[in-house]
Amino acid sequence: MNFEIAKEPIDIQSVIDKVVQREAGAITTFIGTVRELTHGKKTLFLIYEAYESMAVKKLEQIGAEIGERWPDAQVAITHRVGKLDITDVAVVIAVSTPHRNDAYEANRYAIERIKEIVPIWKKEHWEDGEKWIGNQLETVSYPTGKPEKEDFHD
Amino acid sequence: MIKVLLFAHLKDLIGKDEIEVNADELTVEQLRQKLSDEYGLHGLEGVMAAVNEEFADPDTMVSNGDTVAFIPPVSGG
Repeated sequence: MNFEIAKEPIDIQSVIDKVVQREAGAITTFIGTVRELTHGKKTLFLIYEAYESMAVKKLEQIGAEIGERWPDAQVAITHRVGKLDITDVAVVIAVSTPHRNDAYEANRYAIERIKEIVPIWKKEHWEDGEKWIGNQLETVSYPTGKPEKEDFHD
Repeated sequence: MIKVLLFAHLKDLIGKDEIEVNADELTVEQLRQKLSDEYGLHGLEGVMAAVNEEFADPDTMVSNGDTVAFIPPVSGG
């Protein structure tokens, strides 16, 4: 189970352990955390929601795509759902490869693809309200089902 | 029956995460229209659909027993 959606806090070491291989000279770990300030706006907490069965499939697809580009890579990804507080870990990606450059590149590839194809959404809760965030640039949100002008840009 | 799954703001909008639609065979686009006309679920324009957990096109056929999820722009990570 290298690709998981977790309802409980992620054990980072257990994700890393899944990609340990004798052929590896490098393991890169990406840890995505909940940021308090986005362009000056203070987040109180986040709710992450997933279409879990499809999200796991799409994480597996990302693993397969990495396998095509970096055949010697091993990949493990766990994304958390539910209520997360500031500094909590939302996602952990571990990639091992024989050489470090590939481990960095493949890990970066994984997080960018997560933001494109994995059906997971976050709802920002602020002091003055809440909103589902509509895309990963945090420039679009659809509070009423219709796109509207957002007050910050990434 | 076609099972329709809703997430994020779409779920909040209609207050449900699942709708059963009585239809045998139609396209994703026709289903979108039906949800707007008969279920008051507006705002599906430009929202991606997945049929049986795979991203689909507007002209993808949906049949009795299929599960269709409407996937707003994702924001994981």
